[in-house]
Amino acid sequence: MTVIGWALAAACVLAGLGVLAAVGAPGRVRPAFVGWATAGIGVAGSVAGLAALRGETFQARLPGLLPLAGVQFDLDPLGGWFVAVSGGVLAAAAVYGVGYASHGHGPDARGVQAALPMFAVTVLLVPAAGSVSTLLVLWELMALTSLLLVLAEHRQRSAVAEAGWWYAALTHVGFVAILLGLVLYATSAGGGSFADLRAAHLSPGLRGGVFVLVLVGFGSKAGLVPLHVWLPRAHAEAPAPVSAMLSAAMVNLGAYGVIRLGFDLLGGGARWWWLLVLGLGAVSALYGILQAAVAADLKRLLAYSTVENMGLVFLGLGAAGIFAASHATTLAALALSAALLHVLNHAGFKALLFTAAGSVLRATGTRDLDALGGLRSRMPVTTALFAIGALGAVALPPGNGFGSEWLLLQSLVHARPTGGMVAAVAMPVAVAVVALTAGLAVATFVKALGVGFFARPRSDAADTADEAPLTMLVPMSLLALCCALLALVPAALGRTLSRAVTAATHAPADVVGGGISLQLAGIASTVSPLLIAVLLGATVAGVAAMVRLMTARVVRRRGAALWDCGAGQPTARMQYTATSFAQPLQRVFDDVLAPETDIDVTPHAASQYLVAQVAYRARVSDRVEHALYDPVLAAARRVGRLGPVLANGSVHRYLGYGFFGVTGLLLVLAVTR
Amino acid sequence: MNGPALAAIAAQLVVTVAGAPLLVGLMRQVRARLEGRAGAGVGQPWRDLRKLLRRPPVTPRGTGWAFRLAPLLLVGSALVLAAIAPLVTVASPLDALADLFAVVGLLALGTVTLALAALDTGTAFGGMGASREITVLALVEPTILVAGFALSARVGSTNLAAIVTATLHDPLRVASPASLLAAAALLIVVIAETGRLPVDNPDTHLELTMIHEAMILEYAGSDLALVELAAAMRLTIMLGLLASLFVPWGIAGASLVALPLAVVIFVAKVAALGAGLGAVEVFVAKLRLFRVPELLAGSFVLALLAVASSFFLA
Repeated sequence: MTVIGWALAAACVLAGLGVLAAVGAPGRVRPAFVGWATAGIGVAGSVAGLAALRGETFQARLPGLLPLAGVQFDLDPLGGWFVAVSGGVLAAAAVYGVGYASHGHGPDARGVQAALPMFAVTVLLVPAAGSVSTLLVLWELMALTSLLLVLAEHRQRSAVAEAGWWYAALTHVGFVAILLGLVLYATSAGGGSFADLRAAHLSPGLRGGVFVLVLVGFGSKAGLVPLHVWLPRAHAEAPAPVSAMLSAAMVNLGAYGVIRLGFDLLGGGARWWWLLVLGLGAVSALYGILQAAVAADLKRLLAYSTVENMGLVFLGLGAAGIFAASHATTLAALALSAALLHVLNHAGFKALLFTAAGSVLRATGTRDLDALGGLRSRMPVTTALFAIGALGAVALPPGNGFGSEWLLLQSLVHARPTGGMVAAVAMPVAVAVVALTAGLAVATFVKALGVGFFARPRSDAADTADEAPLTMLVPMSLLALCCALLALVPAALGRTLSRAVTAATHAPADVVGGGISLQLAGIASTVSPLLIAVLLGATVAGVAAMVRLMTARVVRRRGAALWDCGAGQPTARMQYTATSFAQPLQRVFDDVLAPETDIDVTPHAASQYLVAQVAYRARVSDRVEHALYDPVLAAARRVGRLGPVLANGSVHRYLGYGFFGVTGLLLVLAVTR
Repeated sequence: MNGPALAAIAAQLVVTVAGAPLLVGLMRQVRARLEGRAGAGVGQPWRDLRKLLRRPPVTPRGTGWAFRLAPLLLVGSALVLAAIAPLVTVASPLDALADLFAVVGLLALGTVTLALAALDTGTAFGGMGASREITVLALVEPTILVAGFALSARVGSTNLAAIVTATLHDPLRVASPASLLAAAALLIVVIAETGRLPVDNPDTHLELTMIHEAMILEYAGSDLALVELAAAMRLTIMLGLLASLFVPWGIAGASLVALPLAVVIFVAKVAALGAGLGAVEVFVAKLRLFRVPELLAGSFVLALLAVASSFFLA
């Protein structure tokens, strides 16, 4: 057996042990056993993924495991990329979960704990699936186990159950779409294994239909607008380690599915497919980051930022598809590399941000940015780690998001010579979308860091917060280290990326390279995050030394009360909150966000000209949800109300239904046969 | 790194650090003269800086490392920009770093550190300034990148030195509609990013109108000197980049001989741009904050038109 085989087998064995521990171990040690088993699964997954990325292949058939079709695994470098990313995230989040669950926080119920290793192993195996039936079974198992994990805290908050409903409904809408698409594909191809699908020759119309169906399905998992409505709910209401796993590992598989189906199995396809992907990605990126920019709930903000980043990944995929359709293979490989690298970068910083948000929630009991603040003195390590994650998320130079967004922009900017009319119109707009997204991401994370962690505490809970234990800080620090490495030497991944891209497009794709600086094939642009970071560090140190020398004679730095234009000591309530910080942006994008505001003025009893109380409420709800899902839900409710009318308890009526039903069926049969 | 290369970097650093406060002084002096005042003289900002550097910095109670670190990072990022951007020469050994997106990112990084420091003070003014500054930053970003798209698409590289060199080889490009539209768009962006009229008034301390000034109210002594110096340097670098991109003549190549002349020409170009901006500022009033997005949307349309014309008219 190969390394991959051993690693995947180890992951499965560990999952079995984890489930046994979850069912059998006493409550106090249960999270620790399950957590370490899940971490082991994650490590085994990383090993398997890295081996696949080094070029090792793995194929396995287990015909007895599933009736009719059997189970088939086939791990190539493309799948390996996603397995490795998921493995790393799962390992870090699982160890973090051990610390999170200690001292009575987090879920320790048997069912939830048993779902955790199951979920971890399905996330790792989905990219290794080698046939339609295997993929579908694993996909559904992943959906079910993750649903259980989302519901972990349903006894504490009623919002959890609501999130669970939304997630269950939308993930199954997605599943049905994937099921239809893949079954249609497999029946036309005459076989369910990916090799059969790859060899099949379908009519263009059928191929387009299959692609749109799987795009809907995988898009709902990746949280593309308008199928994103479950994401901000589920990711916000799940326990922090689960949020990190969902946001940094599971949603990536939506992108994996589109790459596998669109590029590898269907082999590229028409340009309109990828324009659709590009458009969906652009809308998701903008809408996601706009909602994140005005959100005041820290985890909801991070969840919307996931929608944004998945949007950017899909934007890259769409661009890659358009380039491939116009035979610009280098640019296609570049855009696909950018999308894959962004999956990795996003996984790194989002896992870090969600775990940091979790330690804030654990320490203060609130996710509301308007009630936080001043955490940098009480929780210095968590603040620093959140700052590193936020730097990655804003895509500014010494952060890890910069590298992949730079690659994406390079592929878009250099579209001109090959793309034709479509690229000429789509690419500048895509550049503008990426730029506006980056700008709004800056606003979002300056708000999250500046309001949530800096300034003075806005509530007693924030004032008495305690730093997280080492079991939480160590995995978070490891994630931060990964982010830093990704930020400084992204070029080191060039060879690995090209293997993954080649596995998808079946064309040589050595586009990203270089050592200290990131260099591209066929494009003269270079950038060197490492040198920029070194120069920044050197100049900052130099300036500090110089100022120290020049001001050595004068009095040392001294502390004083806040000046605040001489207005006296401002209280903590006079600070800007997350809501007030985002107010100008909310006003600028008023037409898109459609915020609801409400002012109640209660006059004094003595005279209506004297105001006793003014109540002001402002809420930014999800407009897509209102416009799209409310009518559907209302229609479903109306159909539901027919139930009591049709089934009013009269036996005669039921006999009548039976009689007319059977005669109707017989009539139909008689006519059609 | 050889002699001429080091000399080129040193020249750019010295010119921006020494010249930045003088540029601010020049702009104030032009305004003063046009408004019928005597003015404090071109050297006043330098005298202010010298005074501030002699005073001890103050750390307000309740602030943390973000407040302490921001002035250093602000000056640091401005110095890195001054070293890598093609201002005086296109042959700096650090040119490989002067990618359009990296330069835009470094400029934004400076703004972000200052906004975080302002939020860190926990005053209403700090929060207000940070919120407004970040809003403007978010809205100018698309314009910069789309205008950059228009300029770099035909060069085949987003490296700033490569764009400047390409313009030097083909001077007629400057007069092309794409280039003119991109120049107009970027000029508006520079005005917004550096906090000049009509987006922000650098001389105001009125709460309704402050953006940049509201963020730095709590700084004193050498900290304030660093913040002021960095703001002036960013103005100089942005005007210098504008000059290099659209009027690149006179910029030095690899040789050491052309360097002194290039420095003189650079100073003249930036001074002319600054004086022009100062003169225009006399005649315009500050826009209401919520009218600023309209101005920025206008600049974005200009940038999009620049891209369109670079595709269809070239």
